[in-house]
Amino acid sequence: MFYREAGQYKTTYAADMAIFPIRQDRWGLALILFVAFVVIPTFGGPFLLNTMMIPFLVLSLAAIGLNLLTGYTGLLSLGTGAFMGVGAYACYKLATWFPQVNILVWIVASGFVSAAVGVLFGLPSLRIKGFYLAVATLAAQFFLQWGFARAPWLVNYNDSGAIEVPRATLFGVPVTGPSATPVTRYLVVLTLVSIMAWLASNIVHGRIGRIWMAVRDMDIAAQLIGIRLLNAKLLAFAVSSFTVGVAGALMVFLWLGAAEPEAFNINLSFEILFIIIIGGLGSIVGAFFGATIMHLMPIALRALPAMIGLPIEAARVEQLTFMITGILIIVVLIAEPHGLARLWQTAKQKLRVWPFPY
Amino acid sequence: MKTLLKCAAAALALALALPADAMAEDSIYVPLFTYRTGPFGGSGTPIADGMHDYLAMLNERDGGIGGVKLVVDECETGYDTKKGLECYDSVKPKNPVMVNPWSTGITLSLIPKASVDKIPILSMAYGLSASAKGDIFPWVFNPPATYWDGLSEILKSAGGGSIEGLKGKTVGYLYFDAGFGKEPIPLFQALAKDVGFNLKLYPVAPADMQNQSSKWLDIRRDKPDLLVMYGWGAMNPTAIKEAVKAEFPMDKFISIWWPNDADVAAAGEGAKGFRTLNWHGTGANFPAIADIQKLVIDAGKSQTPKAEVGSVLYNRGVYNSVLIAEGIAQAQKITGKEVVTGDDVRRGLENLDLDAARFKALGLEGFAGPLKTTCFDHNSHSATFVQQWDGTKWVKAGDLVGPDTAKVQPLLDEAAMAYAQKNAGWPIRNEVCDNK
Repeated sequence: MFYREAGQYKTTYAADMAIFPIRQDRWGLALILFVAFVVIPTFGGPFLLNTMMIPFLVLSLAAIGLNLLTGYTGLLSLGTGAFMGVGAYACYKLATWFPQVNILVWIVASGFVSAAVGVLFGLPSLRIKGFYLAVATLAAQFFLQWGFARAPWLVNYNDSGAIEVPRATLFGVPVTGPSATPVTRYLVVLTLVSIMAWLASNIVHGRIGRIWMAVRDMDIAAQLIGIRLLNAKLLAFAVSSFTVGVAGALMVFLWLGAAEPEAFNINLSFEILFIIIIGGLGSIVGAFFGATIMHLMPIALRALPAMIGLPIEAARVEQLTFMITGILIIVVLIAEPHGLARLWQTAKQKLRVWPFPY
Repeated sequence: MKTLLKCAAAALALALALPADAMAEDSIYVPLFTYRTGPFGGSGTPIADGMHDYLAMLNERDGGIGGVKLVVDECETGYDTKKGLECYDSVKPKNPVMVNPWSTGITLSLIPKASVDKIPILSMAYGLSASAKGDIFPWVFNPPATYWDGLSEILKSAGGGSIEGLKGKTVGYLYFDAGFGKEPIPLFQALAKDVGFNLKLYPVAPADMQNQSSKWLDIRRDKPDLLVMYGWGAMNPTAIKEAVKAEFPMDKFISIWWPNDADVAAAGEGAKGFRTLNWHGTGANFPAIADIQKLVIDAGKSQTPKAEVGSVLYNRGVYNSVLIAEGIAQAQKITGKEVVTGDDVRRGLENLDLDAARFKALGLEGFAGPLKTTCFDHNSHSATFVQQWDGTKWVKAGDLVGPDTAKVQPLLDEAAMAYAQKNAGWPIRNEVCDNK
C-alpha cells in the first residue's frame, strides 16, 4: 500500500536504471544513514559501538570485498583472513614509517598493498576454477599467516610479535589508540565503510560488474564476446583484496588495538565466507545481513540469559550460543538457499503488491 | 518484514539496555575472563575453577574482603582476542577493580587501554614481560615471575646451578608459535651466544598443537641435551605423549609452569620423571583449600569436580585469586575506603607484600615463596622450583632458584623502553606511588 511506485514516472534512462528506482527505497536508505550517523552515536553506549557496531561494519566491509570476488566473479577464495592481515601489517608498517601522515591515508593505502598481494595469488585463477582455486587461495592463507608469524620485520621487531597500534589523530581528535573514544572510531569506520560500499555498489552495477558477472556465469562465453579473462579475473582479485585489506587495517587499528598473527587465521576467512553465503552471494546488502547474523546475533544471544535473569554459567551460554547460531544458519539456508538478500528481495516484491496481490 | 523490524527493534533495545546494569553500591566487582570452551579449555577450566572458588570462599567465610562482598562474574573468552575485548567492553560499565585476561593476546590489546580506563590488569606470569616495569606500565602487573625469569631459572637448574653449565651442549626449544612462546627467544639467543650452547628451535603453530609429529622427528634427529617447552592448551598433553612415543628421556625434558596434572597423566607411565617449573604448592593440604572444599564445593556453589582440587592449575587459579584479594585488601588499607575502585586497587597491587607470615594468616602456610611488589617492580621476579611427576602426583625436585637478574634485567629495561618509544605518546607515569 505504502511501498509501490505508482505515480513515480521516469523521464530519463538514468532514472530508470537507478540502483534505487523507487522513492520509498531512497527514503529508507536516507533513514538508515540517519540512524547510523546520528541516532546510534548520540544514544549508543560504548558497548553498542565498540562491541557491536564497529566489528559489524568491519566484517561487513570484508564481506563486501569477498562478495566482489566470490559472489560476482565466481572465484571462490579462502584467503580472506590472510588478505585482511596483509592490509593490517601494511598499514602498521606505513604508519610507523611515516607517523606524520594522516592515519586514514595509510588505512586506504594499505588496501593497495593487499591488492598487489591479491593479484599475485590470483594469477592461478586463469587456469584453475572452483574447488581447485579454493585450494590455491587456501595456500595463500597458510603461507601469508606463516609469513606474519615468521617475519619480525613486519612488527618492527616487537618482542610480543604483535602489532601495537600507534596513537594517531585526525583534526586534533584521537582516532586510534586507547584515548580514541568509541564514537570517533565508530564514525570513522562508518564513513569509510559507507564510501567503500557505495563505490562497490557502483562498480558492480557498471561495466566492470557486468564483465565479472559474465565471467561468473560462463567464462568461455564471456571470452567469446570479447572479455579478456585474465584482466577481468585479476581486476576482481585486486578490487576484492583492496576492500578486504582496508577492512583488515580497520579491524586492527580501530577495533582490536593490537593483533597477533593468529587474529588472521583460517577461522576469520571462514567467518567472512559464511557471512556472504548466509547474506547472499552477489549482493552488497547481503554482506550487511550476513554480518548481522554472524556477529550481532550471537552477542544478543549471549546477553539474553542475563537480561531475563537466568542463572546460567558463562561457559554454558557460550555452548548454547554456538548451537543456536548453528541451527539458525541451517534454518535460514533451508528457508532461502540464496541467502537473506534474496529473502529481502522477495519481501520487497510482496510488499509492492500488498494488500491486493491480484 | 514486520517481524524483521520487530527483531531489529528488540536487538537495538537490548543493546542500548546492556550497559545500564546498575551495580550495588556496597560491593566490589571482580570480573574473571575464563575459557572453559575451545582448544584451550583443558588448561582454562581448572584455572577458572580455582579463581572462582577462592573468591567465593572469601564471600562465604569472611563476607568478602574487609566486610565488602565481592561480585564475581565470569566471562567466556574462548582464548579468543575478539571475544576477550567483547568481555572487556561488557564489564567496563560495571566498574571492575581489575581484569584478569588469561591470554597474552587479550593482554596486549588491553595494555594501552588500562591507563585510559583506569582499570588495572593482573596478568599473572603471562602477558608482556616488559610490563614488569612499573615506572613505564603503572597499570599492568605480572607477578610473580616473567617468562624471561622462567627461562633463566630453567637453564640455571638444568646447568647445575648456573647457565654456564650448558656450555657446548645442544638445547632444544619447543614452543607455542605465538606471542607467548616467541617472547623468550631473544633472551635464549643472547644466552646461547654468551654461554656457548647450541640452540635449536621447534615452533608449534597454534593450528598444529595436536599434530607435532614432524617436530618430534626433528627432535629425535637433533638429540638435544635439554628440551625446554613453552606450551599451552592442547599443546602440552600432545607434546608429552609424543615425547613418550619418541622415547625421549624425561630427565632432559623440562617445561615452563603451564602443564597440568591431567596433561601429564594422559601420557601414562612413560611420563614419569617429567619436570616443570612451579612457584606454589600442589595438593589440597592447606586450610584455605579445605575451606573451599567445605564452604564452596560441598555446599554446591561451584561446578568444580572434586578430583581437580589441588591440581597445579587449580591451585594456580587460587594463587591468582589470592593476588586479587590481597590487592583489594591493600587498597582498602591504603585508602581507608571499604568500597575501592580500580584506581585504588592499582595502588594496592603496587604494595603487595606476601611473606611467609602473611601466607600463614591466609591459611596457606608454605603455599608459595615471598612476593613483594613496588612502584617500579610490578613483578617481584620471584624464585621458582622444579617439580617432577612421579606417575600420580608432583614432587618437589629442587630448591628455589632465582632468575639470572644480571642477564634478564637489561633486556627487560630495553624492551620496556622500546615499547614506550614505539608507541609514541606513551603516557609518562604520574600515578601516585605509596612506597618510594
